[in-house]
Amino acid sequence: MINYILKRLLSIIPLLLGITLISFAVIHFAPGKPVELQESLNPKVSPEVRLRLQKLYGLDKPVYAQYIDWLARVAKLDFGRSFNDNRPVMEKIAERIPLTLTINIFSLIIMFGLAIPIGVKASLTPGGKFDSITTVILFMLFAAPSFWLALILMQLLCINLNLLPISGVVSLDFEYMGWWQKALDIGRHLFLPILVSSISGLAGISRYMRSSMIEALNQPYIYTARAKGLSEKKVVYKHAMRNAVIPIVTILGLSVPGLLGGSVIFESIFALPGIGRLFYEAVMTRDYPLIMAEVVIGAVLTMFGNLLADIAYATVDPRIRYKK
Amino acid sequence: MKRNKVLISGLFIIGVLSTIALLAPFLSPYDPSLIDSSSLLAPPSLRHLLGTDSLGRDLLSRLIYGARISLSIGLIAMGIATFIGLIFGSIAGYYGGIADSLIMRFVDIVLCFPVFFLILAVVAIFEPSIINIMVIIGLTGWMGTARLVRGEILSLKEREFIQAAKAIGASGPRIILRHLIPNAAGPVLVNATLGVAAAILLESGLSFLGLGVQPPTPSWGSILIESKSTLGVAWWITLFPGLAILITILAFNMIAEGLKKEIG
Repeated sequence: MINYILKRLLSIIPLLLGITLISFAVIHFAPGKPVELQESLNPKVSPEVRLRLQKLYGLDKPVYAQYIDWLARVAKLDFGRSFNDNRPVMEKIAERIPLTLTINIFSLIIMFGLAIPIGVKASLTPGGKFDSITTVILFMLFAAPSFWLALILMQLLCINLNLLPISGVVSLDFEYMGWWQKALDIGRHLFLPILVSSISGLAGISRYMRSSMIEALNQPYIYTARAKGLSEKKVVYKHAMRNAVIPIVTILGLSVPGLLGGSVIFESIFALPGIGRLFYEAVMTRDYPLIMAEVVIGAVLTMFGNLLADIAYATVDPRIRYKK
Repeated sequence: MKRNKVLISGLFIIGVLSTIALLAPFLSPYDPSLIDSSSLLAPPSLRHLLGTDSLGRDLLSRLIYGARISLSIGLIAMGIATFIGLIFGSIAGYYGGIADSLIMRFVDIVLCFPVFFLILAVVAIFEPSIINIMVIIGLTGWMGTARLVRGEILSLKEREFIQAAKAIGASGPRIILRHLIPNAAGPVLVNATLGVAAAILLESGLSFLGLGVQPPTPSWGSILIESKSTLGVAWWITLFPGLAILITILAFNMIAEGLKKEIG
């Protein structure tokens, strides 16, 4: 097991180099260097800012030296300062993380909490009533743009029925509430964003669970379990489901890029100050240090997501780690 | 062959949509950019079947012209992605060795970037335009195809007919183009169909954020930009463009599902 983990850890070194190299290349070989672009697009750039930018990117040195310098700073999590308000980029990102993390953790819980039971139930009678109905519904949800679903639900729940607040994280009178009122208030604000972002992954995961379960139910050990007279409940939940859930853990790690991309859209629609909205604002104002930082961090998070998925998979399924 | 209902219905819907897109100037009741200040935000009626937007432009006409933009972005972006995926995948699969490791490591690296982040970052550098959006979505979407093609070719190249082609002295490119790729066409086609759907969804999301097709050009995503400010005032502006996207994506997914069944 330790060998396997070490081997996987070593394999991330070339990946990290590749990620940073591509990120650097994207910004470096862009038509018009960031400094020039920033100047032409934003008249507020002063000569002092310009000088600092040139120093940040080391534009007076050869390209490879610029990359190495930049890499050394990135390794210390120093992504420079934002063009917009001159604050350190990492500080701006760090303060936005808790909100995005909260939304995504809850939406993952809902996503898997719904998808696994749906997949299991559908797999028991493939082609049956439950299977057909959920297949159609999930197919529709899969085809609907998630931002459109968000708009429709906003219209229904926030405007027509007036059940939920339409955007933001807290109400205006938040300060004067008791602690449980505060919790309720945040919950009411985040309900819709969490719901919508959990819908987006629901279809894929439950279909995957269904096929994984159907495969498991056709394994010889299931015949054995049935032959020795175990109850159907035990056969399904103890023997088949435990094995069928294994591949699902890998999806958890692989869902990082989708969730990050989704957070850009949802946080923009619901006006939530998370890292997705920060990225959107950075793109709109061409705040290059911030864009670069989020791209690199997003890629590194995705990479660790894949790594965790692999290790989790190898932990629960010994066959993986002994394979060459 | 049993009639494949899913495939046929999917193809039918896309056929109708493509015809509408092609014949847009003849089918749309109004000029999509005609501003009619006498009927701003008019609800659906006989005069404007799907209502009008805040500038009084006819929503149905905008959706019909939007079909042109959205479908062509989906198709061309997928074409670019499939082309690159085929080239990289077949070189990696057929030649193996260093070429294979280099290409597949590159695929691993690019796959680490959250696609949406990468696309937005590139859009921030280049101006968002229809051509740029097609190219960017294509350039960030080929990795899955490359992996798929490589896998198909790895298993095909051990088969007898490839050995036979090699024995009579066919060159590598000839074997790839004439023997390997045609035999891998099925799964690639399924993948490409799903790719069109994914590209249309991506475009709509980008345009909705204001970073894709720029107004006043109508794409289904860019029409939806307005729905945020008309929420609660004009439900038709939200509902219909989204339905257009949903039906299109559904149809492409149905084609992919049906093709999978045909291939077996």
